[in-house]
Amino acid sequence: MGLFKETGSYVLLMIETFKRPDKGKVFRRQLLIDFHALGVDSIGIVVFISLFVGGIIAMQMAYNIDNPLVPLYLVGYTTKQMMILEISPTIMSLILAGKVGSSVASEIGTMRVTEQIDALKVMGINPANYLILPKITAAMLFFPVLVIFSISVGLGGGLLAVFITGSVTTTDFIDGLQAWWMPFDIFYAIIKTVVFAFIIASVSGYKGYTVTGGSVEVGRASTQAVVASSILIIIFDLLLTQMLLT
Amino acid sequence: MIEVKNISKSFGDQKILNNVSTNFDKGKTNLIIGQSGSGKTVLMKCCIGLLDVDEGEVNFDGRCFSGLKEKNKKTTRKEMGVLFQGGALFDSYTVEENIMFPLNMFTKMSFAEKLDRVNEVLSHVNLSNSNAKFPAELSGGMIKRVAIARAIAMNPRYLFCDEPNSGLDPKTAEVIDELISELTHKFDMTTVINTHDMNSVLQIGQKIAFIYKGELWWEGDNKEILKTDNEELNDFVFSTELTRRIK
Repeated sequence: MGLFKETGSYVLLMIETFKRPDKGKVFRRQLLIDFHALGVDSIGIVVFISLFVGGIIAMQMAYNIDNPLVPLYLVGYTTKQMMILEISPTIMSLILAGKVGSSVASEIGTMRVTEQIDALKVMGINPANYLILPKITAAMLFFPVLVIFSISVGLGGGLLAVFITGSVTTTDFIDGLQAWWMPFDIFYAIIKTVVFAFIIASVSGYKGYTVTGGSVEVGRASTQAVVASSILIIIFDLLLTQMLLT
Repeated sequence: MIEVKNISKSFGDQKILNNVSTNFDKGKTNLIIGQSGSGKTVLMKCCIGLLDVDEGEVNFDGRCFSGLKEKNKKTTRKEMGVLFQGGALFDSYTVEENIMFPLNMFTKMSFAEKLDRVNEVLSHVNLSNSNAKFPAELSGGMIKRVAIARAIAMNPRYLFCDEPNSGLDPKTAEVIDELISELTHKFDMTTVINTHDMNSVLQIGQKIAFIYKGELWWEGDNKEILKTDNEELNDFVFSTELTRRIK
């Protein structure tokens, strides 16, 4: 029963959120701020993790493909496929759910408990639209850019790893990267990322917006936002994979 | 004038307001007083539309407000200024941006005009040259004054203040009271102040509504309150030995 109530409450908030902004110029300004806060500020962690994960995958593949009958370019191929299909869109989204989700929930939650949201409402502004819509829009537009970054850096990390360890020649690795190239895989990764971005920003916005109480509840809402977003990302990952790849 | 007509409000089984009726007069500082938990904050939230009433209505100069849908409340909301207990300033904005915020949202003024207006309201609250400061850099009294400046930036007809003196020292509290009273008379606003500060009651209480256990228990002004024989009100106002001696 609680889940139905929560879902209904989330849907009602999203209806409020997806109304026409009170003033386009103010919305665009908020959008730029959120591009920076949610997207640009996340580039560092995405690059760092992708570089190492790409390298680790390449090394593990090289370790596993230790058979003279299996061509070595498969190390590059499997690294590429794993980065594009799963690591970059899903794992990066899970990491962003932690970083961005907690930040969104705590920012909006703090505004709720300090009556800043009430202040917006009594001014005649739609607070959900003003606060949450720019964050959802920024996440849905910028997260795909982060995922493309992640794929590129991850493959670079793989190349660097095989070059340093000498487990596979860089020529074999690059041959693998170029083998069976399917543009749809990138499209699939972007579709997943856009859906995950919506989940992260909207669920975190909802958790922050509906906080009641004080600082303890804001912290709790922030944790709940990360947990709920992560669970939904995994569920939707399965559903989207079934819908798009089978 | 704001007219509160027979309003009731419950949360679950608990009735917070029971058939409260009163008027808040134009050009006066109207005070809602009562013990913590008496329902005075709920009454104010019903007046400004943050809570929907279960029964009754709230009228602003004859226009029904409480029965309107959210989108139709906007016109009246733009005529309101609200000072929240903690100020409710936007943390990430400077003083100037906080005060300019409603002007950005609802006017087509140029930046220079908006800046003039910001400086004008800041001078009203004696905070000229504080434009670039962030809320975190301000004292409690300054936060209240900036919040008042933001509340009056749009030239409101109605000003609501929720416990404007809470957390302030007696001297700063007096400054805030005088400021609210001065602005009320200068701009002929209908001001409603939610307080349990007895200095405010005696100093600026031109009309006082005493809420007791969710009901309107007594109405009068700061002279009548000293002479009343209402037992519950006397218990509340003259709760200390010192105030009883003064009486």
